Amino acid sequence: MKLIVGQGSCGVAAGAVKVYKALEEEIKNSSADIELGTTGCIGSCYLEPIVDFIDDAGEKTTFVTVDGEKAKEIVKDIVAGKAKENECIIGDEDVEAMAKQKRISLRNCGIINPENIDEYIEAGGYKAIERCIKEMTPEEVIEEVKVSGLRGRGGAGFPTWFKFNAARQSPGDVKYLVCNADEGDPGAFMDRSIIEGDPHALIEGMIVAGYAIGASEGIIYVRAEYPLAIKRLNIAMAQAREKGYLGADLFGEGKFNFDLRIKAGAGAFVCGEETALLESLEGNRGMPRPKPPFPAQKGYWGKPTNINNVETFANIPFILANGGEAFAAVGTEDSKGTKLFALAGKIKKGGLVEVPMGMTIREIIFGIGGGIANDKKFKAVQMGGPSGGCIPAEFLDTPIDYKSIQETGAIMGSGGMVVMDETTCMVDMAKFFLDFTCKESCGKCTPCREGTKRMLEMLERITEGKGEPGDIEKLIDLGEFIKTTSLCGLGQTAPNPVLTTIKYFRDEYEAHINDKKCPAKQCKELLTYTIDPEKCTGCTICARNCPASAITGTLKETHKINQDLCIKCGKCYEVCRFGAVAVE
Amino acid sequence: MACCGCNGKGNVAVKDVDKLDEILSKYEGIKGSLISILQDVQGLYEYLPEEALNYVSEKTGIQRAKIYGVATFYTQFRLDPVGKHVILLCQGTACHVNGAKAIEEAICEELGISEGETTEDGLFTLTNVACLGCCSLSPVMMIDGEVFGKLTPKKAREILKEVKASEE
Repeated sequence: MKLIVGQGSCGVAAGAVKVYKALEEEIKNSSADIELGTTGCIGSCYLEPIVDFIDDAGEKTTFVTVDGEKAKEIVKDIVAGKAKENECIIGDEDVEAMAKQKRISLRNCGIINPENIDEYIEAGGYKAIERCIKEMTPEEVIEEVKVSGLRGRGGAGFPTWFKFNAARQSPGDVKYLVCNADEGDPGAFMDRSIIEGDPHALIEGMIVAGYAIGASEGIIYVRAEYPLAIKRLNIAMAQAREKGYLGADLFGEGKFNFDLRIKAGAGAFVCGEETALLESLEGNRGMPRPKPPFPAQKGYWGKPTNINNVETFANIPFILANGGEAFAAVGTEDSKGTKLFALAGKIKKGGLVEVPMGMTIREIIFGIGGGIANDKKFKAVQMGGPSGGCIPAEFLDTPIDYKSIQETGAIMGSGGMVVMDETTCMVDMAKFFLDFTCKESCGKCTPCREGTKRMLEMLERITEGKGEPGDIEKLIDLGEFIKTTSLCGLGQTAPNPVLTTIKYFRDEYEAHINDKKCPAKQCKELLTYTIDPEKCTGCTICARNCPASAITGTLKETHKINQDLCIKCGKCYEVCRFGAVAVE
Repeated sequence: MACCGCNGKGNVAVKDVDKLDEILSKYEGIKGSLISILQDVQGLYEYLPEEALNYVSEKTGIQRAKIYGVATFYTQFRLDPVGKHVILLCQGTACHVNGAKAIEEAICEELGISEGETTEDGLFTLTNVACLGCCSLSPVMMIDGEVFGKLTPKKAREILKEVKASEE
């Protein structure tokens, strides 16, 4: 019998460590014969902490939203043979949501112990690289990846085989392989979950890629903000070295040496751009280089370099172990395989999902994500983070593939999917993303450095009620200009959130500019707070908390807000216990 | 030379010079290591003291201007000392949509500081971060490595009061 506790970052944040300790203690106290194990993120963040019970017959029972006390009950019920009667058992609806997914890059996440290489090997791991080295030439490996139709999962969707081939064909004795694990999109955590849950999938994918392009050294550039991911990668790399999967002369065929090292990023969104990442790897400010030359020709220290993201590499062992056709059997004509998404925002069941390409956005948000939190109305979904765009309700039936998503004005991106409801202001959202890209602009080229700043200033004015007629047209003009003239991907995509929200929610911009109103009631300067005399009990709490002394009234009498003094901080709304403060 | 604490190892007053030397020797001869060096230096002092940066420059031959350029480019690096408890407030998209701004206002009011500042008593530093990756628990903050999720302005204030109380 075995109990397995999901201990990815979100599980830990939800209290998985306490649950683990409680289980350990209770198992000891009851002297039950239960083994205790750890696994990575299963993806259902909203159900964390999650505990799986595997009985002697191998049958799995899942317990969700466990805490210290409930953990003890679980052990007691197992000992009493009543595991199925425990109150924490996962609901049918959640099991169904899981069944709608197709797991290729997450194939081992939430199942194996990420800190134990034997469990990865038992699950079929390191078979792909063995096949490559013993039976295939690098060209054959690249051909297999070509058959799979895999495209880069980092955002742009460039065919992976093409990039491999370009680096392979590039002349030079020394070549490098780089994994971009600098997941900087705020609201995305796909890479982190793979590394925390199945680090060997990334490592094996990189070894295969190293063999394909002819590199003997690989570097994983990972965010310093992901300490658990770095820790597990270090453990996994040490184990792989011990087993001879990393190091000199892999599989003793006298063909191939390969090793990996980690470089911790220091926090700069622009380093997701491949040439900026290379600059950072060389110890400089992460400022992009002009292309060409592409990294495949002149990359790290001027040598041919292949750069891919974590999800792309994690798919590679599956392709080489099962054949490119097995991968290509999943998905659509131009987008093969699966895609990972981090579902977050105003969604009932947030977490990590992996779905076959071609599934509609509606099915992901409503079928798997359970729809909108608090049963509010769906308004839009932001895909592709600060480089992407907002997709409105009328495009909910858009299938997930590179082309269809691009046609809406958004991008597939790395997989951030932030859901917004009727209480989200789209102008504020656009401002939020632009504020981010403006701060993260490296400053090298003028359109991005100055242009994003000017756009941000306009959006700030609009949300403060100082918008002027013509602002929308100016935003579009400037946005298009920045897109066509910026040096790198950051600037070329930075205006997307503004342009897509104008395209689909122009009425909201107009309400801010012409009527000085925020329809979603989010932009403070455009709100009016009033007190409903019917509901006010005269408890004085609002008057006492008002920082501007704008509220008058005495005990047990209706209070009133002096609109000339009100600074619209919302404090009265926050403290009123009778719902008497109204916002317009 | 004992007066400046450098034990005669250099003309800059820098604390823990032995440990600094240890860091520098670890990366000796490896090109492109500046960011890793700075990460280790910050690990030692919790921030990047000017004297330490000057020392790094002197020993490695990397120009001070370049070190300053790199140190100010990346958000991880701090040039000022931090408080005893560092509050990392998530500003990711999910947290923003779920009200991170109201949390920031509550924290700033409770502590009497703005983002990036340290309280006068040296107890707290508030830093906004791009994303802590706990999106399903948004809005989220991290204090001393512990994540607090599903925050409300009230809950955030209570957590800070608890930390303060534990200091008294």
